[in-house]
Amino acid sequence: MMDFGFKLSKSATLDLDRADTGRYERLCALEPDARICMNCGSCSATCTAAPFSGMSLRKVILGLQRGQDVRPMLQGCMLCGKCSMVCPRGINTRHLILTLCRIYD
Amino acid sequence: MKENVVVIGGGVAGMEAARQLLLLGYNPILVEQQDHLGGHVAQWNRLFPDMAPAGDLVRRLWDGITDANIFLETRVTSVNRLKDDYLVMLSNGVSISCRAILIASGFKLFDAARKEEYGYGVYDHVVTNADLESWFNGNESDRIPSAPRSVGFVHCVGSRDLKAGNSQCSKVCCITAVKQAIEMKERFPEARVYCFYMDLRLFGKKYEDFYIRAQQEFGIQFIRGRVSEVGETLDGRLQVKAEDTLSGKPLKVQLDLLVLMAGMSCNPDVAELARMARLDIDSDGFLRSLDNTAGIDVSNRPGIFYAGACTGAKTVPETLGEARSAALDIHRYLQGR
Ligand code: SF4
Ligand code: SF4
Ligand code: SF4
Repeated sequence: MMDFGFKLSKSATLDLDRADTGRYERLCALEPDARICMNCGSCSATCTAAPFSGMSLRKVILGLQRGQDVRPMLQGCMLCGKCSMVCPRGINTRHLILTLCRIYD
Repeated sequence: MKENVVVIGGGVAGMEAARQLLLLGYNPILVEQQDHLGGHVAQWNRLFPDMAPAGDLVRRLWDGITDANIFLETRVTSVNRLKDDYLVMLSNGVSISCRAILIASGFKLFDAARKEEYGYGVYDHVVTNADLESWFNGNESDRIPSAPRSVGFVHCVGSRDLKAGNSQCSKVCCITAVKQAIEMKERFPEARVYCFYMDLRLFGKKYEDFYIRAQQEFGIQFIRGRVSEVGETLDGRLQVKAEDTLSGKPLKVQLDLLVLMAGMSCNPDVAELARMARLDIDSDGFLRSLDNTAGIDVSNRPGIFYAGACTGAKTVPETLGEARSAALDIHRYLQGR
């Protein structure tokens, strides 16, 4: 491609009207507790994989709500279950992650 | 003869205080500018967290004050201190001599049109929390679409906003937004409902449960970010922009209805009252209590007491509680104790 000395950047704007939230809805149908996440970040703060892999369950749930592909993050999860111990909304986070993996399969 | 106590303001604070003063053996004289009692609550449909009809509360309070002197569409024109008494003159020509006055002049709903970026008064489908309650009360409005696909709520409109001159949080609008979001979802189950918040301040009994229900049962989406701009599309929908601060990305969405959570600001009429009665005004424009911890109902003048939102944003139960304690403090003051 010819170099014109400038490039077009893709807009970073999240457009909720175009967001495909089908996966989020499927997750909520199987794991209703996904709806009560309040984005507190306890799960990601305690996550053993987070510092090395970028995994954040908080961002996974948020990303699904915004119609984003969260697979790259999910791949960093070791399913250790540590996050389940700290979620103040009592979400069985490990189970939720497994369900989500099945949705992606 | 029963001793007079002038109660200025016939909202729920003034009504409850008058009811208590009657029970304590006084002659409360309730003065209200409007043509009805019950203030803002009388315009509301249902009250959180039990969803009790607001009209029931107002009627119950009415029933308790049938023996009181009530002046509607009446203003206080002067307050003068004569030795131990106050002489209160009213716009209907009545003058009352009394040793105690209760001020229950309430708040003013923030004028949402002042936040120009939200387009209230410009775009038809931008309404306020009060407009929505009026519609819930059965008042027809062509500004509420008949089958909205998506509805948004903007928290903190005119509250926590130094630029608008209101640094304070209005306390009740987070839970009101959650309540109204649920009520919209009940009416329009297919609609997507979003709440745009900066913080969710759900401090009261059962409020957090309400929030969890809104997420769990109603699938209401809470987006952390203040709406910064509203525009209209060619087909008359609203284009809303905010930052999704949890994702760290700008966000846009089209809505059929946007509800602005207008907050509580000080009642501007109180400035004149404060001048006449030489009462202190606080930095937020509300009346200044002698002590914000243990004497919220006490003013800087002997015999003048406060109840409800004239000293700051209050919930209905807080307002009723203050009205009762103010009545008791007046009783003790008049007994010389
Ligand atoms: S289960 Fe996965 S997300 Fe949870 S703490 Fe372990 S690695 Fe992190
Ligand atoms: S700890 Fe629970 S509530 Fe908090 S962000 Fe993680 S999943 Fe959500
Ligand atoms: S109660 Fe909520 S919406 Fe109302 S001013 Fe406070 S933070 Fe904002």
